[in-house]
Amino acid sequence: MSAADLEDAARRAVDAATSAGASDAEAWSEGSRSREVRVHAGEVESLTEASGRGVGIRAWIGTRTGYAYGTDLSESGLAELAEAAVGAARVADEDEHSAAPEPSAEPPEIDGLRDPAVAATETADVIDLAKRIERIALDRDKRVTGVEEVVYVDEDGDAAIATSRGVSGSFGSSVAYSFLQAMATEDSEVQTGLGFGVGRSPLSLDAEQIGSEAGDEAASMLGASKPQSRTCPVVLSERVTASFAGFIGGAVCADEVQRGRSPFADRLGDEIASAAYVLADDGIDPGGLASAPFDGEGTARERTPLIAEGKLLAYLHDGYTARRGGARSTGNAARSSYRSPPSVSPSNLMLEPGELTLEQLLERAGDGVFITDVAGLHSGVNPVTGRYSVGASGRTISGGELAEPLREFTIAGDLLGTLATVQAVGSETRWVPFGGSVKTAPMLVGEMAIGGA
Amino acid sequence: MLEEGLAARVLERALSRGGDFAELFCEERQGFTLSIDESRVERPQSGSERGAGIRVIDGEVTRFAHVDGLAEEDLMGAADGLASALGGDATEPLPLKAAKPPELQEIEIDPTSVPAERKAEILRELDERARAAGAEVAQASASYSEGRRQVAIFNSEGLEAGDDRTRVRLGVQVVARKNGTVETGFETLGEHRGFELLDGDPARIADEAAKKALTLLGADPAPAGEMTVVVGGGFGGVLFHEMTGHGLEADAVQKGASVYAGKMGEKVAQPLLNAYDDGVMAHEWGTGAIDDEGTPCQKTAVIQEGELTSYLYDRLRARRDGTASTGNGRRASFRDLPIPRMTNTYIEPGDADPEAMISEVEKGFYAVSFGGGQVEPATGDFVFGVSEGYLIEGGKVTKPCRGATLIGNCLQALERIDAVGTDFEMKTGFCGKAGQTAPVGTGQGHVRIKGMTVGGTAV
Repeated sequence: MSAADLEDAARRAVDAATSAGASDAEAWSEGSRSREVRVHAGEVESLTEASGRGVGIRAWIGTRTGYAYGTDLSESGLAELAEAAVGAARVADEDEHSAAPEPSAEPPEIDGLRDPAVAATETADVIDLAKRIERIALDRDKRVTGVEEVVYVDEDGDAAIATSRGVSGSFGSSVAYSFLQAMATEDSEVQTGLGFGVGRSPLSLDAEQIGSEAGDEAASMLGASKPQSRTCPVVLSERVTASFAGFIGGAVCADEVQRGRSPFADRLGDEIASAAYVLADDGIDPGGLASAPFDGEGTARERTPLIAEGKLLAYLHDGYTARRGGARSTGNAARSSYRSPPSVSPSNLMLEPGELTLEQLLERAGDGVFITDVAGLHSGVNPVTGRYSVGASGRTISGGELAEPLREFTIAGDLLGTLATVQAVGSETRWVPFGGSVKTAPMLVGEMAIGGA
Repeated sequence: MLEEGLAARVLERALSRGGDFAELFCEERQGFTLSIDESRVERPQSGSERGAGIRVIDGEVTRFAHVDGLAEEDLMGAADGLASALGGDATEPLPLKAAKPPELQEIEIDPTSVPAERKAEILRELDERARAAGAEVAQASASYSEGRRQVAIFNSEGLEAGDDRTRVRLGVQVVARKNGTVETGFETLGEHRGFELLDGDPARIADEAAKKALTLLGADPAPAGEMTVVVGGGFGGVLFHEMTGHGLEADAVQKGASVYAGKMGEKVAQPLLNAYDDGVMAHEWGTGAIDDEGTPCQKTAVIQEGELTSYLYDRLRARRDGTASTGNGRRASFRDLPIPRMTNTYIEPGDADPEAMISEVEKGFYAVSFGGGQVEPATGDFVFGVSEGYLIEGGKVTKPCRGATLIGNCLQALERIDAVGTDFEMKTGFCGKAGQTAPVGTGQGHVRIKGMTVGGTAV
């Protein structure tokens, strides 16, 4: 469906909701085309091509609000959805801060959200790309014996919004990403390594970088042992600092703060971190996959500094939390798709790079552990208390240099304690799709608890 | 949901230029969710979707397309798109023949027939019960969800089958605060059942969640290091799900990406261990009449007296191994390809007295409930987060501990299970794999593992 069709569907959905008895309404519609290729052992394992579309309606009856979504955009389909949204609103309790979005400042123009190369690239070419990535991983080291699969995905779509208060607009965007898991074998030991790349089209994916990353990591982990339990300096890789930034991004969202479920509640303006840790939310950086002219309520996206000079500078808001907190929306109403109503969430998190290369960070750590990866985040991180204990793998840092591989251990601590002991952030940045969309760098933390043998 | 003639035409079209197998998967789903937070009923959401996924398997290559809606034009267009990639002669699908209707779970009260006000009332009860549990309870939130998934599956081998799955679930989270310390407790209740699941006293889960949070207020930091671990019943079964279940899924096994590859028939645990994947357990969270390829769900013994006896198969992987599907071909929706997935997995009750299992431990850790876990099947390394845990000292459960994670390697950990309790409980969970989420049941009684790494902050 074209952007114009989607805008039209959103307007019709708003009208249907007001006809069904809503005092105010908002509709968000999406349409997309996507394809996915999975390659294993030089052959295509599966090839998926799909199109999808749908709409979600938020309906208000006074200050009660309800939501309904569906895939039927016909007149009768929208009428049914509108009824469902209004019916849902009747169940909700009154909430004085709940209201339909109003027009905001003019949304910014952001270049390059859609790369026409996604639509223009033949499927045969993206299959070749996936096969090349696998080949590169296998050729990195003779001990790399297999690749579980290389996954390549791209998507090109449009989203549109309309509200009964006059908000309207649409934008198009594209995304392409690929990842793989390589396996290295020696004697009977198997180790794995992950490689990934993200961009706006297949042309922005670097097969060499993606494949090498997976192959190198798998081979480097062979012979890994379990470290001694201790407290020591750690250097966190970009993947881990991305997850850590995502943890912080969740805790600065105003809804959790207002509900008293964040370690950052009532801490605005306080010293909560080492001066080395500088973080912002940026919804308009052209490189960020979460960038858009407006958020899930049609409010202009923007850049919000979160932590600088050690102080907590801001919370992230959508319309609801802004009204409730007497603040203004920072354009952080996020939608994972038309299937869910907007809720506060970071856009792109940007960690400010420091001066030191990875080698220099390791040198400063002296003796400690380099953490390449963490596992079990959904169960090991408590966003309410700020405490975490997660599985980890990595390398020993000995005399300022990387030494033997380590696995089957945990790192544990609490968010505020860790933020206070960040000693330096590295200079080499990278976009990482873990913990949201994060532009991040490696980081040295003065001490962290290691649970091992 | 879809007329048989149209299904036959779609399959014929999908195979019009060759291919070994074609399948049309149609789905209609409705859902409703509602929450309470800060004692306010909010976020009522209803959703309805229908759509279809069509796949053509040609040799080892699977081609897949999915569309929103079940319009003939869209279905035929998708089938044409799949066929266009092949260049051979048409394969003739076998005539469709409706399977004997499978035995569905009995749904006494259709949740959609219950007024939303009643659902809101239950949430208010949960909220009140949680807040009444103690002066330290600072926050309570709860959610209700109901979902119905109707599926119809047609394939070129003549299969025509359907299922109708209704699930209802409640979840509650409690936040407790005391002298600057914050703790959380979580509990759920869910089944493949109608609204009758909530007869009786569903708000008891609020008491349980509050008790967890309040207990943790007095907790010490968890220890770090290797020790004997006793895992509690119920959601403790997530241990087996992560440690072993994922490694038995045939897709990982066939790629050599599982530590259980090549171990069929071998001893992988002590003789006291028996374990199953069981998709036909009455009303359990992961139960179905058929899987998402139309294969009847079944009970599969995966470990018998410590010996590995079966992997978990969908059609594609079963064909590769020259065996039959075990009814584990599941898909998150019509937008996903089926892959081998667990249904309800559990360790069968053993003969050890749970109290004695603890009293025999001089120094150890008692993990009562978990937030979830993760495994890397290729290496067997797993991790899971403990949401309620205690120290065991001198054979007694002593101090509660906060912030612990258990970590280990599945081959070693499974072998180190030296006692399985006589008790038994099943719990609900959501399992993520390859971007797809599936409802799964996990269960066990008390299980003791000699030597496992506990990762806490008290080094």
